[in-house]
Amino acid sequence: MVKIGVLALQGAVSEHVRSIEACGTEAVIVKSTSDLALVDGLILPGGESTAMRKLIDRYKMLTPLVEFAAAGKPMFGTCAGLILLARNLVGYDFAHIGVLKATVERNSFGRQVDSFETSLDIKDIATDFPAVFIRAPHIVEVEKEVEILATHEGRIVMVRQGHLLGCSFHPELTDDHRIIAYFTKMVKESLAKQVNV
Amino acid sequence: MTINQTGTDRVKRGMAEMQKGGVIMDVINAEQARIAEAAGAVAVMALERVPSDIRAAGGVARMADPRIMEEVMGAVTIPVMAKARIGHITEARILEAMGVDYIDESEVLTPADEEYHLRKSEFTVPFVCGCKDLGEAARRIGEGASMLRTKGEPGTGNIVEAVRHLRKVNAHVRKIVHMNEDELMTEAKLLGAPYDVLLQIKHNGKLPVVNFAAGGVATPADAALMMELGADGVFVGSGIFKSENPEKFARAIVEATTHYQDYKLLVEISKDLGIPMKGIEISRLSAQDRMQDRGW
Repeated sequence: MVKIGVLALQGAVSEHVRSIEACGTEAVIVKSTSDLALVDGLILPGGESTAMRKLIDRYKMLTPLVEFAAAGKPMFGTCAGLILLARNLVGYDFAHIGVLKATVERNSFGRQVDSFETSLDIKDIATDFPAVFIRAPHIVEVEKEVEILATHEGRIVMVRQGHLLGCSFHPELTDDHRIIAYFTKMVKESLAKQVNV
Repeated sequence: MTINQTGTDRVKRGMAEMQKGGVIMDVINAEQARIAEAAGAVAVMALERVPSDIRAAGGVARMADPRIMEEVMGAVTIPVMAKARIGHITEARILEAMGVDYIDESEVLTPADEEYHLRKSEFTVPFVCGCKDLGEAARRIGEGASMLRTKGEPGTGNIVEAVRHLRKVNAHVRKIVHMNEDELMTEAKLLGAPYDVLLQIKHNGKLPVVNFAAGGVATPADAALMMELGADGVFVGSGIFKSENPEKFARAIVEATTHYQDYKLLVEISKDLGIPMKGIEISRLSAQDRMQDRGW
């Protein structure tokens, strides 16, 4: 049985759990390295990336998270999760997990009063997807192995790089489970591949 | 072409969802804000004085000087909240115009209106409001609050009122969930609560907005207790910067909030922190000093 974890140090954890379960898959709350060992794919939820990073460091989870990605296990970062996955962050000389070959700018749509919702067409996944952007980051540029799945007003807001998926907005705040269903499929495919190897 | 919609319920409530499992800390300047961010706070509340100092100072407590909010907003990348007086439309509009990320319509300040709270649904910026019971919680949601916090008794370092309020709200939510829908209108009348909010609670099995605990958190164990009792996160006012070692207390309270059921870890977290803020026994407070009784 496929298990998808949600990194649960802080943020919109229960919404992702609900969404994973709505797709008929088992969701696991991941608070430590030992929890991480139990799952086949991992969602990094929205929240405050600075707060999450402090807790990742305190519980020595950074290396295990990098290794999780290196093992080819799928990861999906939403908003703060995208910031955690990115290799470069505008205005910072460090990254977090740093496996997604993209440059991300934090809070790039403005402060909370500028937060918005809109409708997006996402390549291979959905048309008219209700996308909620909250103090959202955007993807400034990507390397060639990264595929752009969605843009909004000329800014890149969703990408895929093999087994890694990232978006600026919050699919978990809606009842539209198409993106999570897509990620669930990525996790199942990666498991099948590992079994065949 | 689709238009971007700002200030929707999903955007305003969603912002609070992102704060879940975290700690929001009161700060009075840029230096404290940086300490809070470095400790892992999910947001800061920018104030002129923390609640225990507001108590000590007496007189009328108002919205802080905008310069303090500007200084704090310039110092950190996490969201910045600020307090407006209950019913003070103009203070709230000033804070919105400054671009603060969340407004607390707060009983910690002296109310500007003793009859009406703000019509928060009219604003683009989201609001958090205090509550002592489900009636109060539902009225605030009805007015457009996007986040709640149980009131506790601010500035006392005494957790007892926060526990009372959180237990009361959550017990009543459970009651509503198990009630027959036929009974909800009478319950709405008894609570003084909007019927449609109770109906939402009944259908969703929980409050429609995030509910943090506030008012009296002084130690990591206090923060963990509030999470144990079902809070979505914790506000810490005087508990950090009125303790002997703010950096240590701030870090410890953040960790305790995340790992509130890991008791062995809580042992380590609670060690050698130094002296917490000095507390106040609630029964020693006179009626006019009880901030929780402000708002209705």
